[in-house]
Amino acid sequence: MKLKYLLPIAFIALFFSCSTDNDDDAIVNETEGLELIQTIINNNQTIELYNEKGMFETGYNLVSLRIKDNTTDSYIEDATLSWMPMMQMPTMEHSSPKSTITKALGKDTVYEGFIIYQMTNTDASGWSLTLNYTIDGTDYSVTETISVFQYENQNTATFMSSDGSNYILALIEPKDPSIAVNEMKVGLFKMENMMTFPVVEDYTIALDPRMPGMGNHSSPNNTDLTYNNADNFYYGDLSLTMTGYWKLNLKLMNTNDDVLKGEDVTEENESSSLYLELEF
Amino acid sequence: MKMLITVILCLLLSSLGFAQDNNKEIKKDTTKLEEVLVLSRRKLSNHRQEKTLSSIDDYLEKSNKVTMIKRGNYAWEPTINNMASERLVVTIDGMQIFGACTDKMDPITSYVDVSNLEKVTIGSGQEGTENGHAIGGGIDLKLPSSKFNGSGFKSGLDLGYETNGNYKATGLDLEYTGNKFFISADGIYRKSDNYDAGGNEEILYSQFEKYNISLQSGYKFSETQSIDANVIYDKATDVGYPALPMDVSLAEALIASLTHYYKPEGKALKSLETKLYFNTITHIMDDTKRPVVAIRMDMPGWSDTYGFYSKANVVKNKHHFTFNFNGFYNKSLAEMTMFSNNPDEPDMFMYTWPDIRTLYSGIFIKDDFHFSVHETLASSIHLGYHNNKIAKEVGVQSLEIFHDTVDEQNNRFLVSLASTYQLKKENYNLSLGLGYGERAPSVSEGYGFYLFNSSDNYDYIGNPNLKDEKALEANFSFKQKFNDFEIGLESSYFHIMDYIIGEIAPDVSSMTIGANGVRIYTALDYASIFNTYVNSSYKISERFAINGTVGYNYGKGNDGENLPLIKPFSYFAEFNYNTPKFNAALQLDGNGNQSNYSSQYGENETADYAILNLNLGNVFYNKIWKTVVKYGVENILDTKYSTYADWNNFPRQGRNFYVNLSYIFK
Repeated sequence: MKLKYLLPIAFIALFFSCSTDNDDDAIVNETEGLELIQTIINNNQTIELYNEKGMFETGYNLVSLRIKDNTTDSYIEDATLSWMPMMQMPTMEHSSPKSTITKALGKDTVYEGFIIYQMTNTDASGWSLTLNYTIDGTDYSVTETISVFQYENQNTATFMSSDGSNYILALIEPKDPSIAVNEMKVGLFKMENMMTFPVVEDYTIALDPRMPGMGNHSSPNNTDLTYNNADNFYYGDLSLTMTGYWKLNLKLMNTNDDVLKGEDVTEENESSSLYLELEF
Repeated sequence: MKMLITVILCLLLSSLGFAQDNNKEIKKDTTKLEEVLVLSRRKLSNHRQEKTLSSIDDYLEKSNKVTMIKRGNYAWEPTINNMASERLVVTIDGMQIFGACTDKMDPITSYVDVSNLEKVTIGSGQEGTENGHAIGGGIDLKLPSSKFNGSGFKSGLDLGYETNGNYKATGLDLEYTGNKFFISADGIYRKSDNYDAGGNEEILYSQFEKYNISLQSGYKFSETQSIDANVIYDKATDVGYPALPMDVSLAEALIASLTHYYKPEGKALKSLETKLYFNTITHIMDDTKRPVVAIRMDMPGWSDTYGFYSKANVVKNKHHFTFNFNGFYNKSLAEMTMFSNNPDEPDMFMYTWPDIRTLYSGIFIKDDFHFSVHETLASSIHLGYHNNKIAKEVGVQSLEIFHDTVDEQNNRFLVSLASTYQLKKENYNLSLGLGYGERAPSVSEGYGFYLFNSSDNYDYIGNPNLKDEKALEANFSFKQKFNDFEIGLESSYFHIMDYIIGEIAPDVSSMTIGANGVRIYTALDYASIFNTYVNSSYKISERFAINGTVGYNYGKGNDGENLPLIKPFSYFAEFNYNTPKFNAALQLDGNGNQSNYSSQYGENETADYAILNLNLGNVFYNKIWKTVVKYGVENILDTKYSTYADWNNFPRQGRNFYVNLSYIFK
């Protein structure tokens, strides 16, 4: 009789005593969750490039870097780095929008930055990456060919606006869209010349997401994207009512609200000439 | 409103106060206001002739209080007092069960068959809320009660055929009843092709096929205690819905229960009945038979319910108390996958019911106080705790697209009160009732996501922040007999506060291709629904009788607009001839012009109609068996018509000859 009451208690005790805490101070792997894209060997140093997918694709790429001292087999924690991606075309060459490289937050050996590849060749060729870095007052430089693969959707748009300038727009978020109001984040850059792509500030990007496969169904409660000067990106609300293929129709307006690119979506006009694509 | 609650409470209390009164004369039959349809498959009904193999839907339609909304030739949706599923509580022998279709293609009544049931109890308004909280009323489909009368082995066979739609039905039942043990099994199979509307117009996608089997067994431990197990399995396949853009490839239900009965003798406690149950429904919509659709899709839905009730009857002096303590847990999930017409694009998916869990527990107390030989005061109170939870995170997020705040959980406390005074004299009956009731929004109203309504051509979005819908109700009925002539009047009025209805969300684009837009569930401040029926019958001779009914219904919102699905002026007349072995009836059934239609909700002015039916029945006795034959013609004049309750005005059956044969072996 008593056993009947004791048994559950014993089981509960056993269950809780078995659950261990995984707070062990194991050696922290600072590249956990990242995949190696490529290593670049430059004499005494090896530079490791990582991102989530383990490959460069067109559009926004958040890249993590580590520099290993080949003689000591240890990672360097106090380097300063900069980079220059370059696309070799038949008649000319150009770079792409990119960030500076800074130490990743809360990490000792990992540096971080982003590159937005606006295009690539079908066989992933054409791009090279130059890395300039300083360790203990000594400057190093290395250039290596990289592969940039074409992303399946249009996650970046390069266009000439009505003011005659060229712009590059890249989708950064949502990375994992869901049937919800998603935070949409894009980067907007002006192509000043082949090598310089400064951030465009204080413009507005009107948003109208549609599903062409569903009679151009749209979703409610989207907001236009506005500039956030804390991180230099544009933010807005993107409502997605179902999974599938979405065309994010956009309209770029400057600080005077002049439309630089894009049109309203209407019965007659199925899509804007400025758009990004999303699938989930 | 508060005053009315006070009045009802006072009535309740005052009736309890009389409990001390001692009177030896205890009235045994508790007068029920509810309408009871007896599904007597074996008897020749002497009032309204039915086919022995009628579906539950046909039976319900014969009731004065019920109208069936039709989306096809199968699975009609019952309405009481012009209120449909969400405002009713439909139970199977007190068991909660919820359809798994987001588009109301599977009302609960479609998952049982006549062979499973003994009778159907229909309660109008708060009279029907013993098993749950409702505004319009309740339908309880009663399973057969246990029998330990030692009648031995019995079997029966039913065969039915109808010309319109080449409709075939077969039923078989076997039964053994001992003194301590009984077991019964039955099965029924129905199949119909497309039927023809008046003028031989074939209605495409009106076919269906279904079978239903049930098994019931009981054991009697002692004179006071017995136990009873019941399992029903129902499966419909290839069901067409001519009024909808999709059909159904599978509607499947498993309904199981275990009941314990305790019937002490010579005590105030007359009976105690406790039931444990569960049921599971799978419903799969299908568009593969439709040649042209904007986009192909799959829309499956599942609904599982677990519950119990414990019900006690106590007779003390002139009081008859009913206590019912009950609870259930339901899980409703439905999803939609659309297959992109463009092979490069991925399939589209959403949860249309994002795994909604409902937990309910409540207590119902009713007192029938027979304070004089002719008078009864019936008072009831039902208190319940109702909790909804969105189990899928994506469900919360998807509703957040439309609503600023979406709580994962929502608790409600629901109250129902009713009080009815009844006077029964030799030549007349009178009853007066007042009631107050509340209900929680249905899963679709609270949490539905892009549910397409093909009648008004809008997609509906649920609203988790809806208030409880509340109704004040008054009802009156009177019946007077003058020798062979009888006349009666029945009337109810509902003042419904926070009446839940969809409101157009401007600038929101529909999901369904070709729909007019999106409606989000919201509430009107109030709505009024009124109905009145006058019944009369005259017995011309021992064998001839005539009876007739005229009805009027009214429903308007506080904005002055008509509510949808309000029955227009209706009439019914029947001429009967009865002998013990033969009966005949000629029926005239009609509706007036639907002039008070709701154009807002996709209705148009459905024209008036009238149809004629002829029903005949014979019974033959033999030493070993009894044979019952029912035959006749429905819609004799082959009128092409549709009623206000036909979804998208699709036309009803034209002329139909039918014959039902029943053999009962003893």
